[in-house]
Amino acid sequence: MKLTEEHEQFRSSVRRLVDEEINPFIDEWEAAGIFPAHELFAKLGSIGALGLEYDAQFGGGDADHGFTFVLAEELGRCDAAGVPMAIAVQTSMATPALARYGSEELKRTWLEPTLRGEMVCSIAVSEPDAGSDVAGISTHATLDGDDYVINGRKMWITNGTQADWICLLARTDPLSKPGDYHGMSLIVVPTSSPGFSVGRKIEKMGNRCSDTAELVFDNVRVPVSNVIGEPGRGFQQQMAQFQDERLVGAYLAVSGARRALHRTKEYLQQRSAFGKPLLANQALQYRLAELYADVDTIDGLLRFAAQRYSEGIDVTREASVAKLKVGRLVREVADACVQFHGGMGYAEEMWVARYFRDARLVSIGGGADEVMLRIISMMEGMGKK
Amino acid sequence: MKIAVCVKQVPDTWAEKKLRDDDSTLDREAADGVMNELDEYAVEEALRLAEANGGEVVVVTMGPERAAETVRKALSMGADAGVHLVDDSLHGSDALATSYALAEVLAARNFDLVIFGSESTDARMSVVPAMVAERLGLPQVTFAQKVDVDGSKVAIQRQTEYGYDDVEAELPAVVSVVEKINEPRYPSFKGIMAAKKKPVETLTVADAGLDAAKLGATAAWTKVASFAARPPKAAGTVVTDEGDGGAKIATYLTEQKFV
Repeated sequence: MKLTEEHEQFRSSVRRLVDEEINPFIDEWEAAGIFPAHELFAKLGSIGALGLEYDAQFGGGDADHGFTFVLAEELGRCDAAGVPMAIAVQTSMATPALARYGSEELKRTWLEPTLRGEMVCSIAVSEPDAGSDVAGISTHATLDGDDYVINGRKMWITNGTQADWICLLARTDPLSKPGDYHGMSLIVVPTSSPGFSVGRKIEKMGNRCSDTAELVFDNVRVPVSNVIGEPGRGFQQQMAQFQDERLVGAYLAVSGARRALHRTKEYLQQRSAFGKPLLANQALQYRLAELYADVDTIDGLLRFAAQRYSEGIDVTREASVAKLKVGRLVREVADACVQFHGGMGYAEEMWVARYFRDARLVSIGGGADEVMLRIISMMEGMGKK
Repeated sequence: MKIAVCVKQVPDTWAEKKLRDDDSTLDREAADGVMNELDEYAVEEALRLAEANGGEVVVVTMGPERAAETVRKALSMGADAGVHLVDDSLHGSDALATSYALAEVLAARNFDLVIFGSESTDARMSVVPAMVAERLGLPQVTFAQKVDVDGSKVAIQRQTEYGYDDVEAELPAVVSVVEKINEPRYPSFKGIMAAKKKPVETLTVADAGLDAAKLGATAAWTKVASFAARPPKAAGTVVTDEGDGGAKIATYLTEQKFV
C-alpha cells in the first residue's frame, strides 16, 4: 500500500487533533466513564475523518483505503482505547452496510449527518443470550402495516447511551428463529423512538471512557423503509460489515502496541538500576525486540490486507488472522509493559495499567479469538458452516 | 476583498536549530520544515475574514524549494492560491532584503489586506511586517489580537503589556497577528485533496523583477562574524535549608546582582 504526501498531510491533521482535542481530556473521560461523543465527533467530522471512503454525494470523501489506515494508525496513539473504539464504531462498524446497501433517503437522513459528526451511531448485534453466535439472536421486528414493531434487548453497545440512531440486527421474517441465518435485516432505529430505552450502562474492566450499554426495544415502531437494503439479508450484510470492523480494530491495536513498546523503551532508558539504565540489560532488550518483531509481522499482514481491500478483494481471511493474532499480541505486550515498569506498571497514575486493562478487549470485541479460529477452521475445510 | 498572507517555512519548533559552518546561515536541512506557527494564525484569520466578507486569500512565501510544502499547507487549510518566490540568490537574505522582495511581489498584485504572523520562530525579529508596510507606503496595524474589516477600514486590537489598544486604518493595510487571535483549523481531508489543484505561481528573482544586488548574504546589513555552540548547562548552586534557607537565597541573589 503506497502512502502519498496527501496521506501524510492528513496524518498530521489527525495527529494534531489527537494531541490537542483528545489526549489532554482522556483522564477526565476515563474517570467519568463517558466522553462527549457529539462534541468530539463534530471536530472529527470537520476534518473529514468520519466519512473518508464513503460516497462524496452523501458527505463522504471518496478517499482510498490508505486514508482509513492512516486515520486508525493515528487514533491508535490515543491515551485510552475507548475513544478510538467509539470513533471506529462510527466510521467502520455501524455505517458500512448503510453506505453500501441503504436507500438514498436513509443515507440522506442518517448517513450524511453521521459523517459530519452531527449524529452519533451504534451497531447493535450482540444480545444477553447471543454474542459470538450471531445466528442466535432473538430480537425481532414484526410487520404491522407500513411499520416494523421491534422487541428485544441488545448488549455491549458502544456509544449506546449517546447514540442518535442504531444499526440494529433483528429478525424480520416471522418464520426465522434463533439458530437460523436467514430472515434477519439491518434496520436504522432512531433512539428518539418511543419504546427505545437504555437498560443500563455497563461498568467494564477497560475502555472505560467509552459508554457501553444494554439497550431495550419495547414495541419500537419504525417505518419499513428503515430497513437497510434487501429485507432478509441482514446476516450476510453484517458479516461483510464485520470485515471492516476487524480490519480497523486490528490497525488500531497494532498502532497502540507499537506506541506502548516505544513508551516502555523510553522508560527503561531513563530508569536506572544496578548502576545502569534498565535498557542496558540485554534480557529486556531482547524481550522488547521480540515484541517489536511480532508487531512488525502483523503490521505487514495488515498492510497486505489493506492493499487487497483497496483492490476490492475479499479480506475475510486476512482480517480474521490479523484480528486473532493482534488480540493475543497486545495481551503479551501489555503484560511486558506492566512487568518492565515494576510497581509503576501496577499503579493507576501511569498509562500502563490502563493499557493493560484496555488491551484485553481486543481478543473479545468484534468477534472473539474463538470466532476468528472458527472462521479460519471453516476456510480450511474443518468444521461445518 | 483580496487578502495576502505571508508565510514562512521554519525548522520544526521543537527541533534543535543549527547554523551552517560554511556561511553561518540557518541549516534548513538539519530539521523538518514546518509552517511558522504564528503564520497558521495569520492564515486562519485571512480565511475567516474572507469567509465573513467574501474574497480571495493568496498565500505568499519566499524560501527554498521545499517551502512549497508550507504553501500547500496553507492551501489545504483553505487559501485559494499561492505565490512562491524561490531563487538561489535569495539565500542568506536578511530582514531588509526579505521585506524588499516581499513588498515587490505584493505591490504587483494589489491586495486590500496583507496579513503576517507577528514573528517567526527561527529569526524572531518581528520587523518584516513593519518593513513591508513601510516599503509599500501602507499603514501598519501590527500585533493584532482581533481584526475586523468594515468596508474600507480595518480595526484591530493591538496586544500590549497593559491590555490592548484599538487601532484603525484605511485599507489597503498591513496587519500582523498574535496567537491569541484565533484557533487555526486543522487541514481537512477535502482541503488536502483540493490543495493539489489550486494554482501556485512560482517566481524567480528575475520573474519578480527584483534587483539581485539587494538580495542574499552579500547584500545583508549584518554579518555573523562567528558563532559557537551553547555551552553545556553548568551545575546549579544548591542552597541547603537549615532553617536559614530564605536568608541564604536572598544573599545569593544579591551577590549575583539579581536583586
